[in-house]
Amino acid sequence: MSTENKKALGILAEFANPGELLKAAEQIRDAGYRKFDVHSPFPVHGMDNAMGLRQSKLGFIAGIAGLIGCIGGFGLQGWVSAIEYPLVISGKPFFSFAAFVPVAFELTILFAAIATVFGMFHLNRLPQLFHNVFYSEQFAKVTDDGFMVSIEAGDPKFDETKTKEFLTSIGGTSLEIIEAK
Amino acid sequence: MDLNREHTRLLESSKFGTFALIGGVIGLVLTAIGYFVVSPGQMYHSYLTAFFFWVTIGLGGLFFTLLHHLTGAVWSVVLRKFSESLMAALPWMLLFFIPVIFGLHELYHWSHEEVVAKDHLLQGKAGFLNPTFFTIRGIGYFVIWILLSLSLFKLSVKQDQQHTPGITAKFKKISAPGMLLFALSLTFASFDWLMSLDPHWYSTIFGVYIFSGSVLAVLSTIMLVALFLRSKGFLEEVVTIEHYQDIAKLLFAFTVFWAYIAFSQYFLIWYGNIPEETIWFLHRWEGSWKTISMIIVFGHFVLPFVILVTRNSKRNLKLLWVMGFWFLIIHWIDLYWLVLPTFHKHSAHFSWLDFTAMLGVGGIFMAIFWRKFTGNKLVPMNDPELKESLHFTNM
Repeated sequence: MSTENKKALGILAEFANPGELLKAAEQIRDAGYRKFDVHSPFPVHGMDNAMGLRQSKLGFIAGIAGLIGCIGGFGLQGWVSAIEYPLVISGKPFFSFAAFVPVAFELTILFAAIATVFGMFHLNRLPQLFHNVFYSEQFAKVTDDGFMVSIEAGDPKFDETKTKEFLTSIGGTSLEIIEAK
Repeated sequence: MDLNREHTRLLESSKFGTFALIGGVIGLVLTAIGYFVVSPGQMYHSYLTAFFFWVTIGLGGLFFTLLHHLTGAVWSVVLRKFSESLMAALPWMLLFFIPVIFGLHELYHWSHEEVVAKDHLLQGKAGFLNPTFFTIRGIGYFVIWILLSLSLFKLSVKQDQQHTPGITAKFKKISAPGMLLFALSLTFASFDWLMSLDPHWYSTIFGVYIFSGSVLAVLSTIMLVALFLRSKGFLEEVVTIEHYQDIAKLLFAFTVFWAYIAFSQYFLIWYGNIPEETIWFLHRWEGSWKTISMIIVFGHFVLPFVILVTRNSKRNLKLLWVMGFWFLIIHWIDLYWLVLPTFHKHSAHFSWLDFTAMLGVGGIFMAIFWRKFTGNKLVPMNDPELKESLHFTNM
């Protein structure tokens, strides 16, 4: 195996603290990079904005699923109790709206909750068993005290030397070109 | 941002307190005239609705403050003075409780001895529902509220004057038993003052129902006061769009919570189908009361739910102006719907006294609130979390 054949998969840079990371994300966003990510041991407030992420679609997904659960709950109970198998229960009408509310409510919550969990997996592209940044030795630091930025080679603006210079200019240290092992 | 200068400017320029006081006095005088011109019964029922409305706002302020201290919330630090000042108006409501005692015979069926003598059920309840014990209990609730709001308010003023360590812990120390006392006193006060209007009827969830409405009302009041100050150019950098979004989130949550409680109350009574219980809803399903019931279902839950569900609407300040007023109106309609069907059976009849009583009690309440609010620091300057609260952002 010759080293010159190895292709750069991305670039990794470390920053001193969450504030620096936030500033770096803003500058990378403004420089026009799209395929980049920040890594930190804990959530950093305001990072979504700094990275230029749009509002998550998760709420919309949960809302639609909740609506389906609600309509489904009323539909199922109404159909069973009034059409398919009408039974008189404590002298109430076959289609007793109030009696259907608890089940319809619970189904709304159930559908919305399930859609939120799986929608979140989908939007986060999980499960993903491997990511290129795992090739880096120093990447393990982000689970402890490292604040890092990775820019992927797939980004249209990516250029090994220029991107490296750019990251250094905004305060990145321990720069590392990620290569497959 | 110079808060001290803003504070002086507010004190000099705002006439809100004076207007509220004048409105309050006019309202009270007109309501007193209504006693002779319209009827004592109408006057007392309108008055009770108004009295209870403003008590729930004061109690909401107390709840907001207690919750803030107990949870150690950061976002609401900038709003603490708003809720504390609303809470500080609560002790004065004791004066407004006096007419309720005078109107006992007009308001409460169970206070007539000859009625109780003929009613087996009321005889069983006479140990609890009698004028003496009613008055003692009423004063007892106020003692709890006065002690809680005064001690919390004093501590807050002390914190403004000097940076004393350990004051946050003291807040928590009062708030923990305070929350328990708050829950019990609010529940029993709503049992006494509203539920006993129909002494045959009972609902154990009634206190929670009142609580859910009062939290909605106080969040709307805090939001409207902040928006009002913002429109005049005060505290613009203190109460930011992020804080409004958080209030709107709670408004959304509590409109759902209200619906959950209201439905739970209705559902069990509907299912159980016991005449003593169902009659209460039947009274509210007759004539024009049915329309009001439907207005409450849609106006208190369905519409606010649909309107406030998205993030964009929670960050739209113009919309929040409208929703704030709407929640206060619907909270009043809700209380009206609890009180007046015992007086106007079969259909609703609005009287001008309903509005003068609201203006009267509300004007005085808001005047006291304004005096407390502008008389102290607008923001808890020595709160250790203040800086973080000012820069708070939603994820």
